[in-house]
Amino acid sequence: MWAVIVKNLGLLINATLIATPPLLLAALGSCFSERSGVVNIGIEGMMTIGAFTGAAVALATGNGWIGFLCGGLAGAVFGVIHAIACVSMHADQTIAGTAINFIGPGLAVFLCKAMYDNSSDTPALEASAKLPKMFNGVFKTGSFGSNVLNVYSVAYLVFIFAVICWFVFYKTRLGAHLRAVGEHPEACESLGINVYRVRYICVIVSGFMAGLGGAFCTLATVNQFRPSVIVGQGFIAIAAVIFGKFSPGGAAAACLLFGFCNGVKTLASQGNVVSPNLISMIPYIVTILALILFVGKAHAPAANGKPFYKSK
Amino acid sequence: MKQKILKSNLIFTLLSIVIGFIIGAIFLVVAKISPAEAYGKLWHSVMDKPKYWMWTFTYASPLIFTGLSVAFSFRTGIFNIGAEGQFVVGSLAACVVGILVDVPAYIHVPLCILVGALAGFFWSFLVAMMKIKRGIHEVLSFIMFNWIAFYLSNYVVNLRAIHKPSSEATKDVMDSARILFPKSLLKLVECKAANWGFVMAIVAAIIIWVIIEKTTLGYKLKAVGSNNSAALYAGINSDRSVLTALGISGALAGLGGAVQVLGMAGRLSQFAGQEGYGFDGITVALIGGSNPIGCIFSGIFYGAMKYGGTKLTMVHAPSEVVNIIMGCIVLCIAISPGIKMALSRLGKKGGK
Repeated sequence: MWAVIVKNLGLLINATLIATPPLLLAALGSCFSERSGVVNIGIEGMMTIGAFTGAAVALATGNGWIGFLCGGLAGAVFGVIHAIACVSMHADQTIAGTAINFIGPGLAVFLCKAMYDNSSDTPALEASAKLPKMFNGVFKTGSFGSNVLNVYSVAYLVFIFAVICWFVFYKTRLGAHLRAVGEHPEACESLGINVYRVRYICVIVSGFMAGLGGAFCTLATVNQFRPSVIVGQGFIAIAAVIFGKFSPGGAAAACLLFGFCNGVKTLASQGNVVSPNLISMIPYIVTILALILFVGKAHAPAANGKPFYKSK
Repeated sequence: MKQKILKSNLIFTLLSIVIGFIIGAIFLVVAKISPAEAYGKLWHSVMDKPKYWMWTFTYASPLIFTGLSVAFSFRTGIFNIGAEGQFVVGSLAACVVGILVDVPAYIHVPLCILVGALAGFFWSFLVAMMKIKRGIHEVLSFIMFNWIAFYLSNYVVNLRAIHKPSSEATKDVMDSARILFPKSLLKLVECKAANWGFVMAIVAAIIIWVIIEKTTLGYKLKAVGSNNSAALYAGINSDRSVLTALGISGALAGLGGAVQVLGMAGRLSQFAGQEGYGFDGITVALIGGSNPIGCIFSGIFYGAMKYGGTKLTMVHAPSEVVNIIMGCIVLCIAISPGIKMALSRLGKKGGK
């Protein structure tokens, strides 16, 4: 009896630790962008291009970490595009993000077909080219310890990321600036803060983190890029940010909740008792109920979504 | 003259389309595919025969509906990113009624279309209620509802009453619920999926245009969209306007879903990923300048790109180039305010 409970608990934690990191990475990045006043609905596209780049680079170099980093950089390139459009060109931010959601996945599959013999899937990665697990061979396969501790090291790393983001947000100059810029850019400008520069940094950070999140999916969750590897994680990350009231801590908690729901789903669908489709709905319904019952209005930064025009 | 060019959105849209194709061509060259060959294939596979035109219209019909849905929401100041989910529940409702209810065609078709529209209306209405009653950000709840619709559809598709054994889809919708052209006409146009959906889409576009431009309701909705507090001051109930606007927008997307199932598809398949009709609707609305009549043309354009894209594999070009082109077009349209500003500044300097 106890053994069964412990074993299932282990599996649940394991599934949660696999589902949470991509969401958390993307959501933390999104906090930067949203709080600085730039809506980034293109997270999904940035994750997809990160997922492909991560897999392609890992295939070429045989090193998961390099792939992971390059996935982030690819996301950052899209962050630059989004920043140019939204900050310098005063584009409607939601529309620019929508465009990125077309271009990112389109480009990922396009490049995949161009590079890998017209196939929309990359070849499978060797285990050595994926991100490393923390305690390989220390625990018995399938044991509680193995399920909880022998996971991809990034799965624990992301929580350190969350702490760093919190620190940057609330304890550094950049954090203070970015929060102020999202609320009242005109006032910031009059104080000599370069609104454009702050927003550029934030949007690029957002793209970089989304790219990392996407790369985690191809380098840890599965072992190749395929078009179905990023299905909605980007949108869930956005939901988590709003759910977490635009703060890194809140977003992290929301991501854990979504990741946990996903863990329940993975576990429950193995039993084949309830339709996996019904279980898949749970995270979304939980979010909606939580919003209706407890959270209510999430106050978006005052200048969120509004293009800023430099005076003069 | 210069001022005129600056004001004309149409010219910017056309320019955006050209830029989109140029960027697409660059990627094709990088992938060692001749853009001339790929674009040639795209052109010929859409234009060469009347039969191809019919296919283009068939592809365009659901896109015009979701485009109208998004355009209507844009005009009323809310961004309906939930057209995807509304489309899905619309197609689901129409499909279930199309399979399970056995009535003559003159009742069956209107019934299926009605339940499709109602399902979309309801899906959007819930989000509007949550926005009004609890102040919940509509983008968030739309995204949630998109995914609930996605899994709901996959769940229902697999229910025994409508699932076709050993397949990934439902049984076929009954013939009495289909909106295909009569057999003789189908033979004439040589397109087995040609249906009345396109005609319905055009009628819907005209009705929506009339609502927006010629009625008090449209005026009120636009007023709330362009200046909420002024509208409030003028005595317009903004809560009710949000409900009406999102309700109509949802019904349009639901109609699109119904038309897709009753027309081209004939059944509902299990989704692997989001089908994207709702998101495509955003593109259609943007290219169409959020104008219902414009949506007809942009819908046909997108339909042609989608249909032509399926033929690109014949010249070994990935059909995803279409997504890249469409994305670049949207991005160009998005940044046009910035370009306009820069141009007008240049114009002023030149004038001095």
